[in-house]
Amino acid sequence: MQLLYHIGRYFILLRQVLRRPEKASIYRKQIFLEINNIGLDSLGIVIIISIFMGAVVAIQTAYNIDSPLVPRYTVGFTTRQSLVLEFSPTIISLILAGKVGSRIASEIGTMRVTEQIDALEIMGINPAGYLILPKIVAAMLINPIIITISMFVGLFGGWIACAGGQSVTPDTYVFGIQSYFKAFEVFYALIKTVVFAFIITSVAGYQGYYTEGGALEVGKASTKAVVHASILIILFNLILTQLLLS
Amino acid sequence: MIEVANISKRFFDHQVISNISVLFERGKTNLIIGQSGSGKTVLMKCLVGLLQIDEGEIFYDERPLTKMGFTERKQLRQEIGMLFQGSALFDSMTVEENVMFPLSMFTEMPIEAQRERANFCLKRVNLTNSNKLFPSELSGGMKKRVAIARAISPQPKYLFCDEPNSGLDPKNSIVIDNLIREITQEYQITTVINTHDMNSVIEIGDKIAFIYNGKLWWEGDHDDILITENKEINDFIYSTKLMQKIKHLTTKS
Repeated sequence: MQLLYHIGRYFILLRQVLRRPEKASIYRKQIFLEINNIGLDSLGIVIIISIFMGAVVAIQTAYNIDSPLVPRYTVGFTTRQSLVLEFSPTIISLILAGKVGSRIASEIGTMRVTEQIDALEIMGINPAGYLILPKIVAAMLINPIIITISMFVGLFGGWIACAGGQSVTPDTYVFGIQSYFKAFEVFYALIKTVVFAFIITSVAGYQGYYTEGGALEVGKASTKAVVHASILIILFNLILTQLLLS
Repeated sequence: MIEVANISKRFFDHQVISNISVLFERGKTNLIIGQSGSGKTVLMKCLVGLLQIDEGEIFYDERPLTKMGFTERKQLRQEIGMLFQGSALFDSMTVEENVMFPLSMFTEMPIEAQRERANFCLKRVNLTNSNKLFPSELSGGMKKRVAIARAISPQPKYLFCDEPNSGLDPKNSIVIDNLIREITQEYQITTVINTHDMNSVIEIGDKIAFIYNGKLWWEGDHDDILITENKEINDFIYSTKLMQKIKHLTTKS
């Protein structure tokens, strides 16, 4: 029953979020601000994680290929497939759910408990729209760019690992990256990214918007936002993979 | 003018306010007083439409609140200014941006005109040279003054203040009280203040509504309240030693 209550309230909030903005220019300004807060602020951590993960995937693949029947360029191919299909869109989105989701939930939650949301409402502003819509739009615009950067940086990490090791030459690695490339796989990854961006921001917005109490509840809302968004990302990862790749 | 006609509000089985009727006049500071938990905050939230009433009606200059649609209610809210207990300033904005915010949202004023109006309002609340500060850099009294400036910047017809003196020292409380009264008289606003501060009651109570157990128990002004024989209101007013001493001295003289 509790689950149904939350699902119902989530969709009611979404309807409120998608109401016509009071002033488009203000919302536009907010979207650019959120692109900076949500997206560009996360770029550093995404680059660091991607470069190391790309390197580790390349090393582990090389380590596991013992057979002389398996060509060495498989290292590049496997690294690319791992990064494009799963690591960048899903794992980076899970990391963003932690970083961005907790930030959104605690920001909106604090605004709720300090009556800032009431103040917006009294002024005649739709607080759900003003606070949540720019975040959703910003994440859906910037996350695909971040994920694309993650893919490139991850592949570069693999290249560094190959250049530093002896089992695969960088040229063979690059050849592997180019082998059997299907543009649809990148498209699939970006579709997942956009859906995950929506989940992260809307779930965190929901948790923050309905926070009641004080600092303790803001912390709880922040944790719930990360946990619920992560579960939904995993669930939708399966659904989208089944729909798009099977 | 705000007319409250027989309004009631319950949360599940708990009747918080019942059958309250009261008139808040224009150009006067109307006070809602009562003990904590008496229902005065719920009453104020009902007045501004943050909570929906179960029965009765609230008329804003003869416009019924519960009959208003989404657009009408939104328009009405643009005529309302509200000062919250914790000031509710937007943390991510500077003082100037906070005051300019309602103007940027609902008017087509150019940015320079908005800034001019914000500076005027800040000057009106005796707050200059703080435009570029963030709320976290302000004292409690300064935050209240910025909140008042923000509330009056769109030239509201109705001003609601929820515990405007909470957390302030007596000197700053008087400054805020006088400021609210001056603004009310100067701009002929209908002001409703929710308080349990006796200084405010005596200082600016043009009209006082005492709420007891969710009911309107007593009505009067700052002179009547000191001479009333009503037991509940006397228990409330003279609950502190200071007020008891004042009463004792007044009776003696």
